[in-house]
Amino acid sequence: MATAVATPPADHHEEEHHEHPSWLAHHFDDAEQQFDAGKLGMWLFLVTEVLFFSGMFCAYALYRNRNPEVFEFCSTFLNEKLGAINTGVLLFSSLTMAWAVRASQLRETKTLIGMLAATLGCAAIFLGVKAVEYSHKWGLGLFPGKFYVSQIEGAHHSEVPYLWYLCIPSLVLLVCFVLYYVYGVVSASKFHLRVAGPLVVAAGCYFAGVGLGVYLEAEAEVSHSIAHAPASHTDHATADHSHEATVPDATVPDAAVPGVNLLGIEASTTHDVAITPAESSTPDSSVNQKGMAGLFFSIYYCMTGVHAFHILGGMAVITWLIVKSANLEFHSKYYGPVDNVGLYWHLVDFIWIYLFPLLYLIT
Amino acid sequence: MSVVTKPVTMPSPSKEVGVEDNYLTHSSGFLSWALTLDHKRIGVMYLACIMSAFALGGALALMIRLHLWNPNLDPSQAWLSNKVYNQVFTLHGAVMVFLFIIPSIPAALGNFLLPIMLGSKDVAFPRLNLGSFYLWVTGACFFLFSIFATGLDTGWTFYTPYSIESQGPIVAATMGVFVLGFSSIFTGLNFIVTINTMRPPGMTWFRMPLFLWAVYSTSIIQVLATPVLGITMLLLAAERILGIGIFDAKLNGDPVAFQHFFWFYSHPAVYIMILPAMGIISELMSVHSHKGIFGYRMIAYSSVAIALFGFLVWGHHMFTAGMADVTAIVFSALTFTVSIPSAIKVFNWVGTMYKGTVSLNTPMLYALAFIFLFTIGGLTGLFLGALSMDMHLHDTYFVVAHFHYVMMGGTLVAFLGGLFHWWPKMTGKMFNDFWGIVSAAIVFVGFNLTFLPQFVLGTRGMPRRYASYQLEFQDLHRLSTIGALMLGMGLLVAGLTLLHSLFYGKKAPRNPWGGATLEWECSSPPPHDNFSSAPAVGDPYEFSNIEYDSKTGGYIKKK
Amino acid sequence: MIPALFADINDTFWFPKQASTFAKQIDFMYDAILWISIIFFVPIVVAMIYFMVKYRERPGYRGSPEALHNTTLEITWSVVPTFIVVWIFWEGTVGYLNMQTLPPDTEDIKVTAKKWNWNFKYKNGAENPELHLPVGRDVKVIMRSDDVLHSFFIPAFRVKRDVVPGRYTYMWFQPTVEGTFDLFCSEYCGDNHSRMNAKVFVHDEEGYAKFLAEAIKEPDDIVERGKWLYERKACKGCHYAGTDGAQGPGPSYNGSWGKPVPLAAGGERLFDENYVSDSILNPILQARKGYETAAAMPSYKGQLKEEQIDAIAAYIKSLQSATPPKK
Repeated sequence: MATAVATPPADHHEEEHHEHPSWLAHHFDDAEQQFDAGKLGMWLFLVTEVLFFSGMFCAYALYRNRNPEVFEFCSTFLNEKLGAINTGVLLFSSLTMAWAVRASQLRETKTLIGMLAATLGCAAIFLGVKAVEYSHKWGLGLFPGKFYVSQIEGAHHSEVPYLWYLCIPSLVLLVCFVLYYVYGVVSASKFHLRVAGPLVVAAGCYFAGVGLGVYLEAEAEVSHSIAHAPASHTDHATADHSHEATVPDATVPDAAVPGVNLLGIEASTTHDVAITPAESSTPDSSVNQKGMAGLFFSIYYCMTGVHAFHILGGMAVITWLIVKSANLEFHSKYYGPVDNVGLYWHLVDFIWIYLFPLLYLIT
Repeated sequence: MSVVTKPVTMPSPSKEVGVEDNYLTHSSGFLSWALTLDHKRIGVMYLACIMSAFALGGALALMIRLHLWNPNLDPSQAWLSNKVYNQVFTLHGAVMVFLFIIPSIPAALGNFLLPIMLGSKDVAFPRLNLGSFYLWVTGACFFLFSIFATGLDTGWTFYTPYSIESQGPIVAATMGVFVLGFSSIFTGLNFIVTINTMRPPGMTWFRMPLFLWAVYSTSIIQVLATPVLGITMLLLAAERILGIGIFDAKLNGDPVAFQHFFWFYSHPAVYIMILPAMGIISELMSVHSHKGIFGYRMIAYSSVAIALFGFLVWGHHMFTAGMADVTAIVFSALTFTVSIPSAIKVFNWVGTMYKGTVSLNTPMLYALAFIFLFTIGGLTGLFLGALSMDMHLHDTYFVVAHFHYVMMGGTLVAFLGGLFHWWPKMTGKMFNDFWGIVSAAIVFVGFNLTFLPQFVLGTRGMPRRYASYQLEFQDLHRLSTIGALMLGMGLLVAGLTLLHSLFYGKKAPRNPWGGATLEWECSSPPPHDNFSSAPAVGDPYEFSNIEYDSKTGGYIKKK
Repeated sequence: MIPALFADINDTFWFPKQASTFAKQIDFMYDAILWISIIFFVPIVVAMIYFMVKYRERPGYRGSPEALHNTTLEITWSVVPTFIVVWIFWEGTVGYLNMQTLPPDTEDIKVTAKKWNWNFKYKNGAENPELHLPVGRDVKVIMRSDDVLHSFFIPAFRVKRDVVPGRYTYMWFQPTVEGTFDLFCSEYCGDNHSRMNAKVFVHDEEGYAKFLAEAIKEPDDIVERGKWLYERKACKGCHYAGTDGAQGPGPSYNGSWGKPVPLAAGGERLFDENYVSDSILNPILQARKGYETAAAMPSYKGQLKEEQIDAIAAYIKSLQSATPPKK
C-alpha cells in the first residue's frame, strides 16, 4: 500500500509546502503520506513484536516436546477460570479499541474518550486478575527455575503478602488520579476532567480485577479441597527431608490428584514425606523439581510477564491518546495515532489468545 | 505512529539557499545538536560516537596482538593474565560487533545519506531516529559500565552455561545488547518506511542508488532478526537473575538452544554488517570509474537475495555442536547458496571498471582493496561451509581470519572508502588525497600481514581465544602482530588525514567526484532541508552529461 | 623465509602431520577448494589491476560508458560458480557422513571435560589425564562435560566435536601413525581455556595393552600416588604444582605446606594434614583469603578414600622443597 502513494501528483507538491497544518510534520508532503508512513511503521513494529515473542514460543515448543508430562502436571496449577475471564476481558477491550478508532475518525470526542477509558479499564482488570494469579503462585513457592519449591504436602505456605505488594503501585496511582480529578473539579477545566475521569476509572478497575481474582481463586481452592480431601491423607512411602523432594503421590494412580492436591491448601496435613528422584518412577513424581516444573514456570513467567509489560506499555500509550483526545486533536484527516495504537492493542490481545490455551488448557 | 503526529516546529526553509546556510551552521549551541531532529546531524553524531567505539575496540585488538607476541606458556611471565586476556578479547568482540560494525554504515552514513539520496527532506520518523541514537548511547553506557566493572569474559557470543556461571557483569552487558538491538530495529524500521513512503516523484524502485537497495535489505534483516536477539538476551538476563534454567543444563535446560537463538540473529547480523558495505562499493566503483554500474538489477536483486538467504544459514555456526546429520547437511547446502549472490556482486564490480575512466583516488583505492579482501574472505567461506572441512577448521584461527577478512577487510574498508567519498559532502572540506592514498596502502598491506598468517595458524590447529600457545605457532603470531601494528598505523594516518581536512582542507565543491546521485546535487555541506523543492530524479548511474568544471574544481551536470 | 618458518614442525605448509584416516580426505578437500579459490581469485585480481591501469583517468582519454550489461556473461558467472559450490557441498557432505557413521567394532573411551582438564576412562576402568590410543584401530570417544561447553580437537586427526553439558556427544576416528600429538579444547571455557590441553599418545597394539595394564594400578609410593590422584581427580585444573609460580584459580600447591593459611572466614590455620583433609571434604569453609570469589571447589566427600587423601597430603608436602612461588 505504501508504494502506491510514494509518488503524489507533482503539481500539488509546491503548494502544500507552504500551507502545512500543525498536525502535519514538516517533512511529509500530505496527510496521506504521513498516515501511510505511520501505518507501515506500526506494522513493521508489530512484526518485530511477533518475532520477539516467537523466541519464547520456540522455547515453549522445545521443552513441551521434550517433557510433555511436565506441562500437563504444571498446568493444573493454573486457574483456567481466571485465564478465561482475562481472555474475555481482552477480547472486549479490542472491541472498545476498534470503536475508539471509528469515533476518532468521526470526531465524536465523548465516545472516543469513553471507549479509550473502557479499553484502559479492561487492561487494568486484566492486570488485577494477573496480580492475583502471580501472588497466589508465589505464595505456594511456584517460582521459576532454581527458586522453585517442590510441591510436597504440608509444604510451608508462604505468609509474604505478595498481593499487597502488587497492589501498592496501583493504590498510589489511584490516590494521585483522584487528587488530579479533584484538581480538575476545582479548576473547572474540562480538559483535566476529561483526562482524570478515565484514569480514576482505570485505577479502580484494577482493584475490581483483584477482587474478582481473589474471589474466584478462593472458590477454586474450596472446590479442590472438597474434591480431593481424602487423597491428602493417603500414606506415602519413604521419608526423606531433602529439599529436592518430589511429589509424594507415586502410589496414587490418578494423575490429576497430585497437582491439585498439592496446592498447599490443606496445610494441616502432617505427612511431611517425599520420594527422592532416584526412587520415583512415575512421571508425576519426577516432574516436581526445579529442572522440570521449575522450568515450566520459568517459561510461564517469561511469557506472561513479557506480555504483561506489553499491556503496561499499551496502557501508557492509551493514556497519551486520552490526553490528545481531550485536547480535541483528532479528526478525519488525522487519526493515525489512534489507529496505530489500536493495531498494537489487537496484537497484544492476539498474543494472549495464543498464550491462554498453550499454558492453561493443556490437560 | 505516535512519533510523526506532533507537529515539528522548524524554521521555515529559506527559499534561496545561501552559501552560508547549511545544516552545520543552521543553528548553534549544544542543544541544537543534542535535540536535533535533522537526520544529517544525527548521522554526524553517530559517526563521532561510532568512531570512538572503534578506537576503543581497536586499542583492545592491539592489546590482544601484543599479548600474543609471546607464547605465554609461563603465565607469570605473560603481559596479561589469562583472566584479563579473556576480558580483553570479549570486549574487543562485543564493542566491535555491537557498538561499531552493526551501526557503522547504516546508522552513520545511512542516516546522513538515505534521505538525501532518496530526495526527501528527512527520514519518516525523525524523533524515533533521535531516539535510536540515544538508545545507542544508553547501550554504549551499559558496555562502558561492564568494562569498568571488569570481569565480562564470556566472549561476545555469551554462550551458556559459561555466561550463567561467570562472575562478570553479564546482566549489564546483556541489557546493553538488548538496548542496542532496539536502536538497530528502530533505525531499520525508519529506513524501510522512508524508502517505501517518501520517495519523491520520479524516484522509482529501479532508479534508487544501489546503496539504498543495500540499506533497504539491511533494514529488513534488522527488523526481522534483531527482536530474536532481544528476547535471547532477556532470557539470558533472567537466567542470571532468576535462574530460569532454560539454557542451563543443570536445570534440564539446553545450552545448544541458546546457540540456535543467538545465531538466528547473529548470522543475519553478519549481513547487516556486510550488505551496506556492498552498497557503498557499488557507488564507489561506479562514480570513480565514471561509468554506470555493471548489471544494476543483478546487484539490486542479489542484495535482497542475500538478505533472505541470510536467515536460513545460522546453523553453520554449530556444525560441531552435535546437530542431527540432516540438519547439518541442510544448513551446509543453504550456506553455499549465499555465496552465489556475493560472487555475482564481485564480478559486477570488476565489470564496472571495464571501459570506464578510472580515477585512482582515495575512495577508489579503498574500494579496490575491498574487492581484493572481500574476495579472499568470501572464498575462505567455502572451506568453512564444507561440512567435513569445518570439522577441522571450526573454532580455529582460520575462522578468525575468515571473518576479519569479511568484517574488517570488507565492512571496515568499505566504511572508510565511503567516509572518504562522502566526507566532502558531510563536512564541506576536501581532504589531502595523497595522505588518503598512503593510508589506504598501509591499511591494505597491514591487514594482509595481520590476517593471512592466521589462516595458516588455523589450518595448523591453533584454536581461537587462546591466551597462550605452543611454541610452533610463534613465528606466525609475530607476523600477525607486526601486521596489526601496521594496520593501526594506517588507520591512524586515515584518521589524521580526515581530521586535518576539517581545519585546513579546501572548500569542497558541490560534486567533487562526478557522482550522478541526488546527494551531489545539493551544496556541500547540504542545506538544512536538503532540497528546497523536490529534485528532478534521473538515472543514478548516468554519467554522460556530467563534466569536470575547472572553475569550481568539481563536476557539473550539463543541461 | 617460508621453509625456515616451518622447519621445526613442518609436515606440509598448511597442515600438521596426517595421523588419522580422515586426514587425507580433509587435506585433499582443502587443496581442492584452495585451487578452486585461486582459479577464481587470480583472474579477478588480474582483471582488476588490468582495468585499473588500462582505463585509468588521464589527459586525452575518455572511457566509453556503454558496457553496462551483458546477459550471457552475467548468466555464465552465476551458473558456473553454482556448479562448483554444489560439488564442494557434495564432497563436504560425503566426508562428513563418513565421519558420522560409526564403524561396527570400536575401542570405546569415555571422555570427561571439566574446567580445565581432560579425563579419559578406558574400557578396563583405568583413568588417565592423557589420551592413549592404539594405532590402526577404530576408536570411539564418548564425551560429557561436568560444567560448561568444551570442544575436543585433535588437529593431527582433523577431528573436532563439542562437549556439551547435559548430554553425551561422540565421534570416532582411526589413528594411523604412532607418535605424540596435541589435543586442544577449542570451545572457550573460561580463565584457563588455553591451558586445557592434553597429549595424545598413539601406541602399537602391544604398547597400548601395556599402558592399559599400568594405568589401572595406583603407584605404591605414597607421594607418587598423591601425584597420580592429583592428575586424575581434577585437582590439576585449578591448583598448580609447578615451580614456575603459575597461579591457577585455586591456591598453588607448591610451597604451601607448613605455612599458616589466612582464612576467608577470618583467622588462620596451619597448612597440615588436617587442613588438607578438611579442605578436600568441605572446601568452602576452608577457603583461603583472596580465593573466596573463585568458583567454589566441589566437595570430594565420598569420592576419595581416607588413604587417598593422605597420599595427596604427602604429595603436597613433597612439593615444599621446591622454590616458593613468586608473588
